[in-house]
Amino acid sequence: MGLEQFKNRNVGTQNYTKLDVGVKPATSMDQFKQVVKRTFKGELFVGLWVTLREMVNALFLDKMHTVKYPFEKMPISPRYRAIHDMLRLLESGHYRCIGCGLCEKICISNCISMDTRYDENQRKEVTEYTINFGRCIFCGYCAEVCPELAIVHGQRYETASEQRASFSLFEDMLTPIDKLNLQQEYDGFGAVSPNADANIKKTPLAY
Amino acid sequence: METTLAGHAMETLPHVTWLGVLIKAVIILAVISAIAGFGTFIERKVLAFMQRRLGPMHVGPFGLLQLAADGIKLFTKEDIVPQNANRFIFMIAPIITAATAFIALSAVPVFPDFTIPEFIPLLGGTFVPSIAADLNIGILFVLGMMAAGLYGPLLAGMSQANKWGIIGAARTAVQFLSYEVVTGLSILAPIMLVGSLSFVDFNDYQQGGIGSWLIWQQPVAFVLFLIAGFAETNRTPFDLLEHEAEVVSGYATEYSGMRWGMFFIGEYANMITVSIIAAVVFLGGYSVEGIGWLFIILKVAFFFFLMLWVRASWPHIRPDQLMWLCWKVLMPIALINILITAIVILL
Ligand code: SF4
Ligand code: SF4
Repeated sequence: MGLEQFKNRNVGTQNYTKLDVGVKPATSMDQFKQVVKRTFKGELFVGLWVTLREMVNALFLDKMHTVKYPFEKMPISPRYRAIHDMLRLLESGHYRCIGCGLCEKICISNCISMDTRYDENQRKEVTEYTINFGRCIFCGYCAEVCPELAIVHGQRYETASEQRASFSLFEDMLTPIDKLNLQQEYDGFGAVSPNADANIKKTPLAY
Repeated sequence: METTLAGHAMETLPHVTWLGVLIKAVIILAVISAIAGFGTFIERKVLAFMQRRLGPMHVGPFGLLQLAADGIKLFTKEDIVPQNANRFIFMIAPIITAATAFIALSAVPVFPDFTIPEFIPLLGGTFVPSIAADLNIGILFVLGMMAAGLYGPLLAGMSQANKWGIIGAARTAVQFLSYEVVTGLSILAPIMLVGSLSFVDFNDYQQGGIGSWLIWQQPVAFVLFLIAGFAETNRTPFDLLEHEAEVVSGYATEYSGMRWGMFFIGEYANMITVSIIAAVVFLGGYSVEGIGWLFIILKVAFFFFLMLWVRASWPHIRPDQLMWLCWKVLMPIALINILITAIVILL
């Protein structure tokens, strides 16, 4: 299954099929006619044919619906808000987070806590960064507010844990340095929209 | 009727002893219970395939051992009798369903006759008949027994001090009053043609190949019998006794463990009985020589599959619709069918 259906969020543009519910019989004669028509129309056999066709589809034409979940997984939408990832800069491999603290500030369930300091080059360095997934409601505000696309929502949705509070450390969410070439640019929640360039306008203050 | 049997059968077939009948009874009990259990598996698989699912998959190859798992589960579950229930009736009601289903099977032909080989000690040389009790009124007996089987749900529903159970019992009565007339009347026309109530005579009547099957002479009776048979076994268009969406579980609401399982063994045994009757009475039955027995198994399997198929496809109807259908539509058709058959026979 492709992702097109997931990505189409424009309610109303889909092709809805209206059912023809027909007219209700008003007189007894109409009722009688309806009974006769339904008796000899063979609708019951249409029903039988439909289920048989689906069985043939499933067994021989490889159209089984079942996803054997723990062994097989459906692709999920890139906009799905699962466990966070911290991304790295592709060129240098340094983490993207600049320690601005916006995500900590905006988080509505107060589950991000971070600490920063100046390193020897007077750059902000993240010393502590944890997210308490026991509190996180996966609202996506942190990803949306991040100016660097440093914190994003990844694809890990199996989040059952043994404890209520389950803290995720910065290092755990950070792309491993040896997997840097596999790091995908995030195109989901809070990402720059595909037509961002076209949307750029000069602000009235640009004089 | 005895003479028709005696005419050709008695000389060729060995004498039926009580030992042979006993062995047959044990075979029927063992094999039909196993098939009934296997039927639940087949039902789940077929329903799943028709909905493009996989069905039971994880216990054993293709989920085959799911049967064993369910059996273990049923046997080890607590056998609860509700506080205000009528204990005695509550406890024997499932036994009525299962017992009558198997008693009915004693009068229908199941598996070919055979003689136990001489080299087996004790039982060697015993002739095992295909019908445990070859009654000359076989059809009446089977229909009567299956009708008596409805005492199971009726008593179960009334004894369990549960409103859903009462509704289930009331629906049993409705169902019973509806289809029983149609079953009898629909099968009357073939009986008139054959002139006997014995399954063996029905079978012999249709030995001349597919062309001699009674379904060609009595298509209306066949359809009527099939409809009534679905009602008789509580299969889907008429499964109002225990329709979950309406009456929780109907008569079986308070049952658990093996008592609950017995209702299902009874239901599946009834499905097999109805399939066998339909195959013998309308579809030519079995032929004694060669692989003729394979064909009746195929026919029975087809009817069994048809029941599952219908369950996957059709919605079920309300109790009042069942009564309407049986009394106002099917019974007149059955009567007219009998009348026409009678006129044709007289001419
Ligand atoms: S998703 Fe929402 S709740 Fe979770 S860390 Fe981000 S801002 Fe906080
Ligand atoms: S908003 Fe982004 S850059 Fe700022 S602290 Fe959070 S993750 Fe780092």
